[in-house]
Amino acid sequence: MTAPTLQPVIVGAGPAGIRAAQTLVAHGVRPVVIDEAARGGGQIYRRPPAHFARNPQTLYGTEASRATDLHSVFDSLQTQIDYQADSLVWNAQAGLLDVLHGPTQTTRTVPYGQLIVASGATDRVLPVPGWTLPGVYTLGGAQVALKFQGCTIGRNVVLMGTGPLLYLVAYQYAKAGTTVAAVLDTARFADQLTALPGMLTQPAVLAKGLYYVGWLRAHGVALHTGVRPVRIQGDTRVNAVVWSDGQREHTVPCDAVGFGYALRSETQLADLLGCQFAWAPMHRAHLPERDGAGRTSVAGVYLAGDGAGIMGADAAEWAGERAALALLADHGVKVDAARAAELERKLTKLMPFRQGLERAFPFPADWAVNAPDALVVCRCENITAGELRACARDAGADEMNRLKALTRVGMGRCQGRMCGVGAAEILAHATGKPIDAVGRLRGQAPIKPIPIHLQAQAEAAE
Amino acid sequence: MTTTRTIDTDIAIVGGGIMGASAALALRRKGVAVVLLERDLCGSRSSGVNYGGVRRQGRPVSQLPLAQRAHQVWANLPALIGTDGEYQRSGHFKIGRSEADMAALEAYANLSSDFDLGIQLISGATLRERCPWLGGRAVGGSLCPDDGQANPRLVSPAFALAARRAGAQILERTPMTSVEHDGKVFTVRSGNTLAVRAPVLINCAGAWAGALAAQFGEAVPIHSGHPAMAVTEPLPFFMHWSLGVEGGGIYCRQVARGNLVLGGGAGVALDADRARSERSAIATLAVQAVELLPALKNAHFIRTWSGTEGYLPDRQPVLGKSHTTPGLIHGFGFAGAGFQIGPGVGEVLAELARDGRSTTPIDAFAIERFLPTTVAEVASTAAAH
Ligand SMILES: Cc1cc2nc3c(=O)[nH]c(=O)nc-3n(C[C@H](O)[C@H](O)[C@H](O)COP(=O)(O)OP(=O)(O)OC[C@H]3O[C@@H](n4cnc5c(N)ncnc54)[C@H](O)[C@@H]3O)c2cc1C
Ligand SMILES: Cc1cc2nc3c(=O)[nH]c(=O)nc-3n(C[C@H](O)[C@H](O)[C@H](O)COP(=O)(O)OP(=O)(O)OC[C@H]3O[C@@H](n4cnc5c(N)ncnc54)[C@H](O)[C@@H]3O)c2cc1C
Repeated sequence: MTAPTLQPVIVGAGPAGIRAAQTLVAHGVRPVVIDEAARGGGQIYRRPPAHFARNPQTLYGTEASRATDLHSVFDSLQTQIDYQADSLVWNAQAGLLDVLHGPTQTTRTVPYGQLIVASGATDRVLPVPGWTLPGVYTLGGAQVALKFQGCTIGRNVVLMGTGPLLYLVAYQYAKAGTTVAAVLDTARFADQLTALPGMLTQPAVLAKGLYYVGWLRAHGVALHTGVRPVRIQGDTRVNAVVWSDGQREHTVPCDAVGFGYALRSETQLADLLGCQFAWAPMHRAHLPERDGAGRTSVAGVYLAGDGAGIMGADAAEWAGERAALALLADHGVKVDAARAAELERKLTKLMPFRQGLERAFPFPADWAVNAPDALVVCRCENITAGELRACARDAGADEMNRLKALTRVGMGRCQGRMCGVGAAEILAHATGKPIDAVGRLRGQAPIKPIPIHLQAQAEAAE
Repeated sequence: MTTTRTIDTDIAIVGGGIMGASAALALRRKGVAVVLLERDLCGSRSSGVNYGGVRRQGRPVSQLPLAQRAHQVWANLPALIGTDGEYQRSGHFKIGRSEADMAALEAYANLSSDFDLGIQLISGATLRERCPWLGGRAVGGSLCPDDGQANPRLVSPAFALAARRAGAQILERTPMTSVEHDGKVFTVRSGNTLAVRAPVLINCAGAWAGALAAQFGEAVPIHSGHPAMAVTEPLPFFMHWSLGVEGGGIYCRQVARGNLVLGGGAGVALDADRARSERSAIATLAVQAVELLPALKNAHFIRTWSGTEGYLPDRQPVLGKSHTTPGLIHGFGFAGAGFQIGPGVGEVLAELARDGRSTTPIDAFAIERFLPTTVAEVASTAAAH
């Protein structure tokens, strides 16, 4: 029995959101799909503007067939969904989403009875001295430039940090004809070795990773593991990266840097909706709680994909489908229970691999120890590591929201989405508390800055 | 088994907002022993999240003695609490949008003339000259040059920190879960881990103060309110004054960093403790803000928030001694306007606690005004025995 009034809303048209939409449609339900991007695909399968002529093979490499599959699924759904592209959900409360349409600069309120949040992830940033220089990008940003705009961040680039994206982006850049001056991985080679057993549970993915590394080596790209970034150098823009091998410092000249430490989930929407959060050790983050199917602590709100914890694109597809099945079942629609169970099994089976990845590319837990006092942690508000430490020491701040109140860290345009990770690490180190005990920044609308003018227009029109 | 820590002290305070914390500091400056219980972090509620307006202009005349007293404390802020808390006597300008508004502003200037607020009425060409950034709806206004603004996130916790440095025991993350009075001494408990015993108890529990008053036979019609707040990205600095509007509505100020902080309208309660700005309130704020300050047209809001504040029907606080219970002192219900008078209230509470009376007139704020006369009389005779 299909409830005729059921029109769930899906936020995000990445792998998770698209599979969720497909599943709902397959059960005769017409969802609203809201996505900030101009075209469906999400981060990994991000589509260039329609007039771009590059073929999927160039754009997505080994993922080309998955990308085209997902894109064509989404295209085929167009008449059966209400798709709102270029639309940012900037605020949420029980039963209502506020949505800003970019091109027309108007806002509108979208009611929902059921909601699947598939908001994905962004780069996890740990600042390094000089990271605010022009020419410095996040790894994901560097990749977006390539995928979306078809341009590179420089001619001679250094890629630094850790995580699978590090080698992938290096490979993609080198393939695109850019000189990759060095790949600097903060993980040690030994980490990668101990991670092997876990990684072997997904041999195909492991093979892809090894392939990138082998290809880079074969093409003479300098790969260094166990590095400690010292600083990014330059006057008006970046001209070199200085790193340490523990013994001595090395300087690599370059004209651009891409850096990042894996990804962090976009959890603001879940937060505004009042979902319960818990510390997730593997992700080193407070994440919204959900059951195996994606149900949150708030009835009618479901989570899928990287927005609920970084699990990768394949998992995002499965989780999107699973959440949609849960939503349907919760509203009395008959679904294939075996398929639901199978999806959950697949998601569970991915865990050893995910753990392997964490082992291979561990979070540099000593980052805070080595961050110099002068290091700018929050670039919106220009707050340094030293100021954060002083606040912990002199004002007794031992919790993130207090640190924010007293120093302004996380109060700027990014609202802590970039600086929050680093600030929490500094605070934990300064107070001697475990990282989970310093808490998390409370979410506040708007999720991203919204034009005042637009608000005014929408209101006047009513 | 948990052991209960017992602390004997002169004065116990419940609530570490600006009222409780400044009372603790004032008491320490008089050399009195004091223990303050704050269930969360000091200054994390109304006192730390308010708009930051430090204004006397527009207050009921009954509050002006208190506001003047506070004004003196604000003048010495760095020496007192070790930070300027971004306090500036930038001027508070109340905008009139009609001749009727201007008449009301003039009437207030006359009414408050005993208090030396230095109010100046400005209109016409002078107005355009002094504030070219004002939109066309303003016909004039009333400037109180020595009123201003401060950063509540910094000021309110700093009062608590200063009190601690001065020797007060400030116990954070320590909720009062029960209180008893044996006729002489209050025993304030936090779970079964702490008991604070003191002959005097000050109720500074903000929007949550009603329960404590009610327990001592002084139920008052307090309710919670949630002013809606928003802040823009930093903009080139153009506005020195903190602005209000005659008749209410919107208020805004620009901080040195360039952000504009705006308030107006009501937020929504998420639960008893938390609130947030509501969508429609943000939209209304935006419309009014652009009308008032056309320069905001192309700006962005980067954050919105609200807080939980206690209101009584006449929008005046309850400040003074309990009518039923000797040793109990109330200071709550500041109706969205307690930040400026907070440091003055702290001094008054300290006087009441130590001397039994205050040099500042506070009769207008007596809790008796909400108590049925008969009950109040019975209670007062009972207390006299
Ligand atoms: C920059 C970047 C590059 C990546 N590159 C690769 C790669 O090359 N290979 C790889 O295996 N993995 C990559 N990943 C990881 C990969 O993106 C994810 O594993 C996968 O895309 C997760 O799918 P998802 O559907 O959960 O989220 P996403 O694909 O991230 O999709 C989420 C969508 O939601 C939208 N959204 C978020 N919040 C809102 C909001 N408030 N309102 C409206 N819309 C919103 C986003 O714009 C986005 O379109 C990358 C991640 C990032 C951040
Ligand atoms: C959004 C907003 C904007 C405002 N703008 C202005 C302004 O511009 N100018 C102005 O003058 N005023 C303003 N105000 C009003 C001003 O902030 C308040 O009047 C003032 O802060 C009240 O201080 P307080 O100490 O009474 O309350 P609070 O700051 O709320 O402190 C009460 C404390 O008691 C604690 N508490 C409660 N119950 C217990 C318990 N059982 N045990 C232990 N602790 C307990 C709470 O945790 C809280 O910290 C505004 C208020 C809000 C909410």
